[in-house]
Amino acid sequence: MNAAPLAEQIGLRHQSAGNRRNMPYPVLEVRGVTKHFPGVVANRNIDLDLFPGEILAVLGENGAGKSTLMNIICGLHPPTSGSIRVGGRRLECRSPRDAIAAGIAMVHQHFQLVSSMTVLENIVLGAETTRRGILDPATDERGVDELCRRFGGQLDINPQAVIDDLPMAMRLRVEIVKALYRGARILILDEPTAVLTPQETGSLFQLLRGLRNQGTAIIFITHKLREVLDVADRIAVLRQGEVVGHTRPGATTEQAMATMMVGRAPSLTVPKVPGVPGPPMLQVDNLTVHRNDGTTAVDRISFEVHQGEILGLAGGQDNGQTELIGALTGLRPVSSGTVRLNGHDTTHASARRIGREGGTGHIPEDRHTHGMVEGFSVAQNLVLNLCNRPPFTRWGLLRLEAIRAHARRKAAAFDIRATSLEQPLGSLSAGNQQKLVVAREMRDGLPLLIASQPTRGVDVGSVEFIHHQIVQQRNAGQAVLLASYDLDEILALADRIAVMFKGRLIGLSPAAQVDRNRLGLLMAGIPA
Amino acid sequence: MGAVLMAVLGHNPWEAFTGLVAGSAGTAHDLATTVRKTSPFVLTGLSVALAMKAGLFNIGAAGQFLMGSVGAVWVGIQFEGLPVWFHLPLALAAGIGSGSAWGAIPGWLKVSTGAHEVITTVMLNYVAALFAGWTVFAGSTLSTTRPGPLWDPTAGPVSVSPDVLASARIPWILGPSLRIHWGIALALLAALLVWWLMERTRIGFELKTVGAKPLAARYAGMRCGWTTVLAMTWAGGLAGLAGAIETLGVHHKFAPEFGGGVGFESIAIALLGQGYPLGIVLAALLFAVLDAGASKMQFDSGVPSDIIQVIQTLILIFATAPALATWLLNRVSRTQRAAAAAPGLRA
Ligand SMILES: Nc1ncnc2c1ncn2[C@@H]1O[C@H](COP(=O)(O)OP(=O)(O)OP(=O)(O)O)[C@@H](O)[C@H]1O
Ligand SMILES: [Mg+2]
Repeated sequence: MNAAPLAEQIGLRHQSAGNRRNMPYPVLEVRGVTKHFPGVVANRNIDLDLFPGEILAVLGENGAGKSTLMNIICGLHPPTSGSIRVGGRRLECRSPRDAIAAGIAMVHQHFQLVSSMTVLENIVLGAETTRRGILDPATDERGVDELCRRFGGQLDINPQAVIDDLPMAMRLRVEIVKALYRGARILILDEPTAVLTPQETGSLFQLLRGLRNQGTAIIFITHKLREVLDVADRIAVLRQGEVVGHTRPGATTEQAMATMMVGRAPSLTVPKVPGVPGPPMLQVDNLTVHRNDGTTAVDRISFEVHQGEILGLAGGQDNGQTELIGALTGLRPVSSGTVRLNGHDTTHASARRIGREGGTGHIPEDRHTHGMVEGFSVAQNLVLNLCNRPPFTRWGLLRLEAIRAHARRKAAAFDIRATSLEQPLGSLSAGNQQKLVVAREMRDGLPLLIASQPTRGVDVGSVEFIHHQIVQQRNAGQAVLLASYDLDEILALADRIAVMFKGRLIGLSPAAQVDRNRLGLLMAGIPA
Repeated sequence: MGAVLMAVLGHNPWEAFTGLVAGSAGTAHDLATTVRKTSPFVLTGLSVALAMKAGLFNIGAAGQFLMGSVGAVWVGIQFEGLPVWFHLPLALAAGIGSGSAWGAIPGWLKVSTGAHEVITTVMLNYVAALFAGWTVFAGSTLSTTRPGPLWDPTAGPVSVSPDVLASARIPWILGPSLRIHWGIALALLAALLVWWLMERTRIGFELKTVGAKPLAARYAGMRCGWTTVLAMTWAGGLAGLAGAIETLGVHHKFAPEFGGGVGFESIAIALLGQGYPLGIVLAALLFAVLDAGASKMQFDSGVPSDIIQVIQTLILIFATAPALATWLLNRVSRTQRAAAAAPGLRA
C-alpha cells in the first residue's frame, strides 16, 4: 500500500549514493532467503546485494534456483523464510504489483506479452493513463515515445506493431520498455539472450550499459559465459540453491566460472572427428513456404542433408528458418517444391505420416508452443510423440511400466533434474525442460534429426553433453539439420554451413571454409 | 457462507442445515432419494468433464440426455417377450447410442466447419427438446396435427409415452418401496471407465494432449479432429446413458418435462469435481444432497428451497474462482493477525 512513496525514496537514496561514491548503498538486499518446493529446496539461505548502476550477472546450473530467487524478488512467490529490502526498507511483497510499485521489474525467461495486442498496448497494460475512467492512448503514446527517445536509437520500436508479428529480439525490447515505463530502477532479466543472435545480443548490451549509466541496477541471468565477461560488473554464482561465490569479470575466466558453477571443470569444446557422409537422407528441392499472413518465408530453396552429416543453418531470426523447419516436419503447408525423406515423398505429409515413414527427431525452436505439455508429468512428456509405438502401448493400452522405465533411462542419461518422474513438467527449471525435449528427440534408428536451438537455456555442462550427443547421432549415421542463432554452436558442430537470409539459402559451403566473420557478413545478407 | 446468507435473510442456519441433512439422509426413503438423484448428476458431470479434458465445452448435456431418454424409451416400449438380459441392455444401448450421435454432431461440425461447440450444443439442446416433445405429442383434435410416434393413445390428451415394458426396466435394489435402482451402479461403473480411459489408454492420453495443447498434439502426430469428434461422441453417450437410466429406472416412461435439471448442474459438477471422476462422484453426491434436502429444509425451517440454488451457485463460484477464495481467506487471516497484534502494540 505504501509502496508508491517507497519508489521515490529509492530515487532519493540513489541520488545521495551517487554523491558519495565511496559509500554506495545497496538498492536491493536479499537476506537469508530460503524457498522450499515439495521435495526440493530451491533456495537456501541466500544473501545478495545489488547496487545502483551495476550489472550483476547471476550464474548457475539448470535448476540451481536462479529463476526462483528472481521470482521471489519480484513478488511472484513468497519466500519460505528470509527478507528482501529495497532502498533499506523491508519489502512486504504480496504480489508483483507491490514489487513494481517498489521499482522492481522482471523480464521473464518466457515472455509475458499479450501476443494479439500492439506494442503500445502491451507497454502500458495495467498502467494506462485514464481520463475520467476513459483510456487516453495519445498520452500513453507520448510517454512511451519520450522514454524511447531518451535511449536514442537503442529502443527503436514501432508502437503500433502487433506482438505476434515481431521477432524475439523486438519482443525483448518491448519487455524492457514496459519495465522502464513502470519506473523500474531494478531490472531483472532472466536469460534474455537465449533467443538472440550475436548482433542482437550486442545491441541489447549497449542498451543495458546505457541504463546502468543512468543508475538502473540490473540483474542479468545467462548461461553464455562469454556474455558475462562482456557485460557484467559483478558475478554471483549459485549452486544447488546456495550462493557459492562472487567474482568480477576481470578476475575470472570462462573456465573458472564453469568450474564454480558445476564443481568440476567441463570441457567447453567438442572433440569432433570428420564425418563420413553417406547417401542423401533429406532432399529439399525448390521449396517455397508462406507465412500465415501470406508473405513468402521460404523462397525456392534447395539443399540436401546426407546420412552421417550435420548441416548447420545459421541466420538471424525471422529469415525463414522457423517456417522451413515447420514445412519439413509437417506442421506447416508447403506452397511449392518437394521434400523427400529417406527416398519417400513427404512434401505434403502430416507430422503423423512422417512419423510413420520412419520418422524425424524434431527439437522445436520454441519448446513451449509445440514440444511439451506443462501440466503433464515428466514421464508422460518423454513419450508425448511416442505413445502410439510398440514399447509404450499395446492393444491401445498404455504400458506404464515401459513408460516409466524409459523416463528413468532418459532422465539419467540427460541429467534431467526432477524430484520425481510424476512431477509436472511445468515445475521443472527451464533448462531441464529443454533437456527433456532434447532427450526425447534423440532416438536411435531415426533417419533424420532436426534440431532447432537445441541448447536454448541449457547450462554449460549440459550444452557440452548435448553437443556430444548430436555428434554421436551423426557418427551413427543420422542426418542432422541443425538450426541455431548461436554461431559458436554452428561452428562447433556443423560439417557444412548455410545461412538463411530473407527466405533464401546463401553461402552453402563446408565448415572448414567458414569462420565467424564470414558468417556474420552472410547473415547480414552480404555474400562473400 | 450459505449459513451467513440464511442468517442475513433472517432464518436459523442450524435449523436449515439439520433440515437439509434430514431431508437427504434422515430416513431410508430420503437417503434413497439422494442416491437416486446422484446417478444422472454423476453421468452428466462426467460427460461435461470428459469433453473438457479434450478442450471442449459441452453445454449440450441436456440435449444429449433428452435424446438418450427418447432412444431408450423407443426400444423399451416395444419388443414384447424379450428376456430382461437382452431387452434392458438393448434399451440402455439405444439411449447411449442416441446420446452419442447427438454429441457427435457438434464435434463433427467443429472439425469440418470450425463452428464453435458452445453455439452448436446450445442450439442442439433446443432441437432436442422440440424433437423429444414431438415424439410423445398427443396431437390436436382441433387441427389435423398428428400425434407423435411414441405417444400413448390411452393417455388421452396428455403428451406422454406408454410405460416401458417390464423387461426393459432397471431393477430396484431393495424392493420397489425405496425406489433405488441399479442405475447408481452403472453410474459408478461409468466413472471408473472414464478414469481408466483417461489414465490407462492411448486414446485417453491423446485426448488429454489435444485438450491441453492442440499444437503439441499435432507436433506429436496425433489426430486432433478425430479426437474431437470422439470426445464429443463419448460425452454424448454418457449424457445419453443418464437419460436412459432416468427413464428406464425411475419414470418408466417419457414425458417432455422429465429432462429438466441436468443442464447447468452438469457443468457445475464437472467444474467442482475438477474434472476427476472421483471428484465428480463426490460433487454429484453433494448436489444430490442439496437437491433432495431442499424441500425438507423448506418444510422444517421455512427457508425457501430457492436458497439451495443460491448455495449451489455460491459453491460453484468458489470452486471455479480459487483466487476469490484465496483472497477471502487472506482477508480473514489478515484481520485475525491484526487483532492478535493489537494488544502487543499497546503493551
Ligand atoms: N513451481 C514449482 N514447483 C516445484 N518445484 C519447482 C517449482 N519451480 C521451481 N522448482 C524447482 O526449483 C528448483 C530451481 O528451479 P529454477 O527454475 O529456479 O532453476 P534455474 O536456476 O532458473 O534453472 P534454469 O537455468 O534451468 O532456468 C528446480 O529443482 C525446480 O525443479
Ligand atoms: Mg530459470
